Amino acid sequence: MSRFNFWELAKNALSAHENWGRQWRAPEPKAEYDVVIIGAGGHGLATAYYLAKEHGVTNVAVLEKGWLGGGNTGRNTTIVRSNYLWEESEGLYDHAMDLWQDLSQELNYNIMYSARGVMMLAHTIHDIQVFKRHVYANRLAGVQNEWLTAEEAKEYCPPLNISKNMRYPVLGAALQRKAGVARHDAVAWGYARGADKYGVDIIQNCAVTGIRRGADGAVEGVETSRGLIRAKRVGVVAAGHTTTVMDMAGVRMPLESYPLQALVSEPVKPCFPCVVMSNTIHAYMSQSDKGELVIGAGTDQYISYSQTGGLQIPAHTIEAICELFPMFRRMRMLRNWGGTVDVTPDRSPIIGKTPVPGLFVNCGWGTGGFKATPGSGHVFAHTLARGEPHPINAPFTLDRFRTGRLIDEAAAAAVAH
Amino acid sequence: MLLITCPYCGVERPEIEFRYAGEAHIARPAEPSKLTDEEWAEYLYMRTNPKGLLAERWRHAHGCGRFFNAIRDTVSDRFVTIYKMGEAKPDLERLVVEAAQ
Amino acid sequence: MTQDFRTSAGGRIDRSSPVDFTFDGKAYRGFAGDTLASALLANGIHLVGRSYKYHRPRGIITAGSEEPNALVGIAREKGQNTPNLRAPQVEIYQGLNAESQNRYPSLSFDVGAVNDLLSPLFVAGFYYKTFMWPRSFWQKVYEPFIRSAAGLGKAPTDPDKDRYANHYAHCDVLVIGSGPAGLAAATAAAQSGARVILCDEQSELGGSLLHDRTSAVDGKPAVDWAADAIRALSENDKVTLLPRTTGFGYYAQNFVALAERVTDHLANPDPRLPRERLWQVRAKEVVIATGAIERPLVFPENDRPGVMMAEAGRIYLNRYGAMAGKRVVIATACDTAYRTAVDLKAAGVDVAVIADLRPDPAGVHVDAARSAGIRIEGACVVTGTKGRLRVKSARLGRIRPDGSVTAMGEEACDSLLMSGGWTPNVSLYSQSRGKVAWDEDAGAYLPGASVQHERSAGSCHGVFGLQAVLEDGYAAGENAARAVTSAAKRPKVPAVTGGEEGAGGTLGALPHDRDPARVRAFIDFQNDVTAKDVKLAVREGFHSIEHIKRYTTTGMATDQGRLSNMNALSVASKTLEKPIPQVGLTTFRQPYTPVTFGTFATTARGEAFDPVRRTPMHDWAVEKGAEFEDVSLWKRAWYFPKPGESMHDAVARECATVRESVGIFDATTLGKIEVVGPDAAEFLNRVYTNPFLKLGVGRLRYGIMLNEAGFIMDDGVVGRIAEERFHVTTTTGGAPRVLAHLEDYLQTEWPDLNVWLTSTTEQWAVIAVQGPKARDVIAPLVEGIDLSTESMPHMSVREGKICGVPTRLFRMSFTGEAGYEINVPASRGREVWDAVWNNVEAVGGAPYGTETMHVLRAEKGYIIVGQETDGTVVPDDVGMDWAVGKKKADFIGMRSLARPDIVVAGRKQLVGVLTNDPKVILEEGAQVTAEASPALKTPALGYVTSSYYSSALGRSMALAMIADGRGRMGDTLYVSTAEGAVAVEIVSPVFYDAEGGKQVA
Repeated sequence: MSRFNFWELAKNALSAHENWGRQWRAPEPKAEYDVVIIGAGGHGLATAYYLAKEHGVTNVAVLEKGWLGGGNTGRNTTIVRSNYLWEESEGLYDHAMDLWQDLSQELNYNIMYSARGVMMLAHTIHDIQVFKRHVYANRLAGVQNEWLTAEEAKEYCPPLNISKNMRYPVLGAALQRKAGVARHDAVAWGYARGADKYGVDIIQNCAVTGIRRGADGAVEGVETSRGLIRAKRVGVVAAGHTTTVMDMAGVRMPLESYPLQALVSEPVKPCFPCVVMSNTIHAYMSQSDKGELVIGAGTDQYISYSQTGGLQIPAHTIEAICELFPMFRRMRMLRNWGGTVDVTPDRSPIIGKTPVPGLFVNCGWGTGGFKATPGSGHVFAHTLARGEPHPINAPFTLDRFRTGRLIDEAAAAAVAH
Repeated sequence: MLLITCPYCGVERPEIEFRYAGEAHIARPAEPSKLTDEEWAEYLYMRTNPKGLLAERWRHAHGCGRFFNAIRDTVSDRFVTIYKMGEAKPDLERLVVEAAQ
Repeated sequence: MTQDFRTSAGGRIDRSSPVDFTFDGKAYRGFAGDTLASALLANGIHLVGRSYKYHRPRGIITAGSEEPNALVGIAREKGQNTPNLRAPQVEIYQGLNAESQNRYPSLSFDVGAVNDLLSPLFVAGFYYKTFMWPRSFWQKVYEPFIRSAAGLGKAPTDPDKDRYANHYAHCDVLVIGSGPAGLAAATAAAQSGARVILCDEQSELGGSLLHDRTSAVDGKPAVDWAADAIRALSENDKVTLLPRTTGFGYYAQNFVALAERVTDHLANPDPRLPRERLWQVRAKEVVIATGAIERPLVFPENDRPGVMMAEAGRIYLNRYGAMAGKRVVIATACDTAYRTAVDLKAAGVDVAVIADLRPDPAGVHVDAARSAGIRIEGACVVTGTKGRLRVKSARLGRIRPDGSVTAMGEEACDSLLMSGGWTPNVSLYSQSRGKVAWDEDAGAYLPGASVQHERSAGSCHGVFGLQAVLEDGYAAGENAARAVTSAAKRPKVPAVTGGEEGAGGTLGALPHDRDPARVRAFIDFQNDVTAKDVKLAVREGFHSIEHIKRYTTTGMATDQGRLSNMNALSVASKTLEKPIPQVGLTTFRQPYTPVTFGTFATTARGEAFDPVRRTPMHDWAVEKGAEFEDVSLWKRAWYFPKPGESMHDAVARECATVRESVGIFDATTLGKIEVVGPDAAEFLNRVYTNPFLKLGVGRLRYGIMLNEAGFIMDDGVVGRIAEERFHVTTTTGGAPRVLAHLEDYLQTEWPDLNVWLTSTTEQWAVIAVQGPKARDVIAPLVEGIDLSTESMPHMSVREGKICGVPTRLFRMSFTGEAGYEINVPASRGREVWDAVWNNVEAVGGAPYGTETMHVLRAEKGYIIVGQETDGTVVPDDVGMDWAVGKKKADFIGMRSLARPDIVVAGRKQLVGVLTNDPKVILEEGAQVTAEASPALKTPALGYVTSSYYSSALGRSMALAMIADGRGRMGDTLYVSTAEGAVAVEIVSPVFYDAEGGKQVA
């Protein structure tokens, strides 16, 4: 397989691009693998890549019922940041943040990581308290995050409305400068190409229909629409569909799957320099390199796998966007879509062992899994290779729901008084 | 925006009048203190989350305020049946068969 | 410029009403009824824009909302600029000012066109393969370059001046699209007595009937029949007609969203009108009659300005009197283009040739062209075009039986009209979650079974030919009506002459005799995706149509693939050697065409963005110059600065006044729930950690409420008003959540308990009077209550009157001083407040706000839920194990308190913090560490939850949650500040009157 660089591109241009090879193979599944990963989204593909590259485990299959990267990887709003509150979360997301910085070079695939800064707006005194707690906690952990006044926030993002007359005026913001966005499809494709190069079989259009367990209860393999595939280690990385897959192994999960919607505007020339998030009035937005304003909406209130939701959800978000950026009221929504996100009771992921020997799970990323993709794959590969979690994902057990050691980022921002 | 029939008010109203309240028929254990940590975690957190028919709770929050149960298909979002709190949970397998007919 | 390309007569424009407008600063004239596209064409202008990637010159290609090329910016007043409007949809008005986009410095000379020279490099996905070195260049050099080259129009920079409206509507039958099928359906439904809404995205209802010059319906010209049908509908008061209204979103349970454009077409709109209006329609039945979209032909250089869809050429000619050219080549694989040829010829246009891909074109349409004397070449394909900013000639080739092509020479032309056949418009059907099915005969995806109460009519489900379409429309309207009314009837279907179905069509790239390495045949015009790009994607392993779409960006332009999808799919199918249905189809998404953000946001703007809750005393606080803070939906008085006072000064003064004299505080926002019934005490005993069964009538108790996970969710004071009646208070923000929580348990877990819950937050105004003089201040106003401590001790409640108003008088304190909370009916709140204030003022007291309330309670070590607690805190963590009933068998959350990681040592505990330097006020949220400069990634011991200057202490003080905090009394720890860590001493969280003598006095 040829490396990607400008000279290769130029050389291929001379032959009308007729000589590019496949970025990944379309292999037939083998009868047995050392590790089978269920789900070829960003997390699953990254897991396969690091299993092969860092642990030498190359006899790996990644099974995908549809097309690789077609789930939440290809549907999210691509925000990458690591300014979380709890040490456990800081460790996990900042690990990913470190990997993002060089990921294009690592994968030899331009995933367009753009460290344009993620700014989270504070609208109430309570928000200020919460964000400052984040800033101070992050500083101790070496996680970049800083506090901006409303005026500084506007300087960083000129379209921002900081009028005192807003219903919820902007009182300040927390900014992580090296946070940003990346090209979601390229992340999946880059990991797929990288894993394939090491010999990992990525098998698309292959739905898992059962998980086979031996007399000792341990995993023996997976039944699929393309036959039985044996493996003593199976990693489930199926996002919104995790419950369904884990049911096949008889493991109950603390998960619920909700529709999450997002939308883009028509493309316009550069007008929005960074990522802005407002948890209080429910909006976040960036501008893609194509020029579309990329806007994340909330989840619908009910469990659903429909990958669509009600009009009132994006409408509510657009209301908030138009308050924060009243000049964009004349912009138009081009496309609105939905994904299915799996949410745990504490809104933090589960990455690790299950009660079934040989069966591992990486799920529960809720609305924010994309940003963790490299880190999640990296530590999950370690977990699959060693049979034990990496120190970074050790706290993210399934068992924490029994012991009460929850990692609740959302609760930490709880509003009362 | 879903349309939901409140079984108490007897009227079909838009979803924004209602609040979702999660999976139905998860009874609070009568004597929680006698449960193991595993059993308590099962009650607190483990959910069916099915792809298909789900028994779930809604509250007519901006109407009569009553909680009620519904069977809804989580793939199509179609309500199969809606019933009052306290009524028996319908046989989901039978509903699946009926829906297929 | 004169309108050289205007026909001498005909069309639906008003030739007596000239309209002047500008395009790129140059003045033009059109007529009322013109669109910007038709007016430009009439003036001989095809070049209107530049493509997205290669900045190639592009012309008007369609006559509808699917237009990918002719996107313009329209400037009105400040705050009214709009980018990316489709010229075929923009109706001109006097003074219209339009600008082309994505070009610099000018449309005819665009430096961005250098990209076109680099196009051999800029193939599909090229950016994934390069721009990676040096690393820092992506963000500094490459990305800014790509960003500035991409995008189309310029985003507005001023706040939008216009308003938007929202309208909810219900109807029996919603008909989307008012062409022949939609008109027939609406007519049938209306005549059956149904309530009908008929909408159409165009400015006039009638669809294709408006440009049908040759057909007759019921003996009348088609356009006249349409006018009669529309008139009949408009006279029916159960019918709502909505032109300029796009059905853009089909949601669950027949909820359909429409966007109506109300004023953009007007030169001087009535300022009372909204710019656009969102219609949220709940329809019992829906008829989708959205027609079909003509497909471009994929031949080399098919993107030259002057190349246009054949039907668009006919629309511009017949509806607007605008000629696409004076010498026209028609390239087609479909009979319908012959109608265009015949109409053009009749209008005096020189139709050079009809180049038909099919070897032996035949049928009525062909015959009509032939008898009009038009040259027809079968097995003939366009293999290229020439011309820089407008087509000058078309290169033709003969397709031989083996599929190869031989050159036939060039045909001069100033316009080339093409037709690859028709793609049924299944977008809304697909949005309704129906599954489209590939129909081999139709060569198209057609709607499958209905999932919702909808039906498609006319060409959007593959029915063509005017007679058949009308029959289909009537049947759909009747069937829709029949589903809602028994009186449904089908009107007699009128007889049609003309309007025969036009057969034929092709998909994908056409054969040619050119060097494949050198020519480009565009599939997606706006995004510059060529057939070669699609082939490259397949070669690189992108086999799913979704992968191909994402890798090449085909179908991702502002037309969402309406022109390009089927051709891309066909090219992919042939390259993959798999039939089209196996390649798949990308998902259709809302909105059908782009919809203005303002139309979604409608009236939720400014103060109406979210409801504002104000207390009865709000205006008083405003008059007193209070600053306010937002707490949930409420506006709460934060502090009351006197002229010249800083916040610090004001709060220090307010605090001192309460401690030394008396303060008055508006506590109305606290949530209040009346809990009534024989089992009320039992119920509260189950939902609070505290015991409630033995609380005496007339007594108050502070209660903590946990969620089932054991974490503190709310707190408040509960008063027992009578044996079976409790007055429960909650936090301001928590009130709705707490009521829902209580209702949940009451209704679903303990329906056997006889208890009623009523939210009374809005019913009571609450006036807190706190301080040593509190009793003196209220005593003269109170009737029927003995205020002496003996009779009414701390934590008691009495009913009586104040100022003649019934009151529930709480003796309680959140400040550490003796005090009262006076509950009176909200409607009487202000008058009681005024009376109390008079007395407070008379003794030198002051009003205080939430900030002072926070300071005073912090001095006492009282927590605020949401500040000391954060959803991960159990009662013992905040030193409130005393509030947990040890003898209780159960309460909500009790079992969770016994979980291993809840009883584990090392949890964070509430403590007081005093800085070594009494002047330093810590920041809330600051982290507490054991060392001044801990090594990176050393976990913090905890954090500061509350921090203030305390006038009572004469120094700063803070509360913090610190690991094993109660075991660290007297220890020195460090707290981060913006300037570095400062040393602090860990102390008890109770700073003031630790014995509690003051509040009970």
